[in-house]
Amino acid sequence: MYKIRTTDVNVFYGDNHVIKNVSMEVMPNTVTALIGPSGCGKSTFLRLLNRMNDYIDGFSMTGNIFVDNNEIYSRKTVVEELRKKVGMVFQKPNPFPKSIYENVVYGLRIQGIKNKALLDETVERCLVQAALWNEVKDDLKKSALALSGGQQQRLCIARTLAVEPTVILMDEPASALDPISTSKIEELIYELKNKYTIIIVTHNMQQAGRVSDRTAFFYMGDLVEYDETKKIFTNPKLERTQNYITGRFG
Amino acid sequence: MTHLDTELQYLKKDIMELWKITQSQLERGKKALINFDRDLARQIIATEKRVNAYELKIDRDCENIFALFNPVAIDLRFVLAVLKINSNLERIGDIAEGVARFVVDVDKQFSAELLEKTHVIQMFDLSIDILSDTAVAFEKEDTQLARTIFMKDEKLDEINSTASYKIADYIKAHPDQLRESLHVLSMIRKLERVGDQSKNIAEEIIFYLEAKVLKHLSAKQKQE
Repeated sequence: MYKIRTTDVNVFYGDNHVIKNVSMEVMPNTVTALIGPSGCGKSTFLRLLNRMNDYIDGFSMTGNIFVDNNEIYSRKTVVEELRKKVGMVFQKPNPFPKSIYENVVYGLRIQGIKNKALLDETVERCLVQAALWNEVKDDLKKSALALSGGQQQRLCIARTLAVEPTVILMDEPASALDPISTSKIEELIYELKNKYTIIIVTHNMQQAGRVSDRTAFFYMGDLVEYDETKKIFTNPKLERTQNYITGRFG
Repeated sequence: MTHLDTELQYLKKDIMELWKITQSQLERGKKALINFDRDLARQIIATEKRVNAYELKIDRDCENIFALFNPVAIDLRFVLAVLKINSNLERIGDIAEGVARFVVDVDKQFSAELLEKTHVIQMFDLSIDILSDTAVAFEKEDTQLARTIFMKDEKLDEINSTASYKIADYIKAHPDQLRESLHVLSMIRKLERVGDQSKNIAEEIIFYLEAKVLKHLSAKQKQE
């Protein structure tokens, strides 16, 4: 059973055709990397999965996107509910100017949850899962803005986990981080796939290799090749993919 | 433990398994020769397919690790070493199979006198011993033990260098055992190669752990 399935998805920004007939399936508890040059449509495709493109001027789409077999662009879909289920981590860490604790429970607070024991338990669970607990457990009241970039990004992941999503979308989550923080985020992604389905956009080919089970190569809005990461990085079917991953593109 | 560490551990487990199989192939080869157990020899020939399958799997795993994890420093040397050790072990597997084929090929038992005079059983013992040392050195990351292999190999070379004279003398005295005698000579030649392969493996272990390249140095220099 697929966690996510898209069929013949096309996206337009005005007259600009940015995603062309993309059909792909994502299995649960896997990491899928979306790679391709700038402007190839990979971030647009990622943002489709929790309807982040809806408010962009001129956005329109055709085709279907199913998460757990529910068509997320149907009228019945409550976008807020979808975004609880499909969380997102952005390129630059974007903690709120609040304490570490308040950042993690933010999603629960806006759902009206006030039970202190539940909030405390969530903070610990999510910070542990985000591999940040040991570094901040004695300082939960400290401002999130005082954390390092890598810690802030892990905090943002903890904040995403707090609302108990089943899918996590990551848009270049480590591109603004130093190599040690990057490696922590990558290890975290590897751990998190036991519980979540993860889709990650990355410009870093080595990162795609290290963290993902399957890789999708996008080029000019086309899904050129989608296969096991091992296959893509050792023997891709298409020359275009090979030229891109070996850096001979263009 | 990082994702790469986990993959490297799997790789180590697989190569240790291949080590175990090839060592067992040699041990069974010795038994098949002494007891003239042609069924056991046939089993060795059949098991060779397993050795080949392991070799291919380890090759593929190394390729994947290079492509997906871009290992560096000791991790890179580890994968490079495993890749080469893998092919050395596969060749030792071929040697064990070759010996087994000689046992299958003849229809009467090799005489005890022939085996004793040619020291072929001693060759077996030495090569099994050397191979076992390489496995321990790799598993325990013991470069001191790896260095002892270069000297041990010289004993194999010694037996090998006198083998043709001994076989010639034996054939003169027992012309009815010409075929068996020639087979034993071929076995000795093959077992001598186990020493060479083990030396290569020892060099790879030292390269992986100490980043030293010992190729093309004398046995004495290698031990320093």
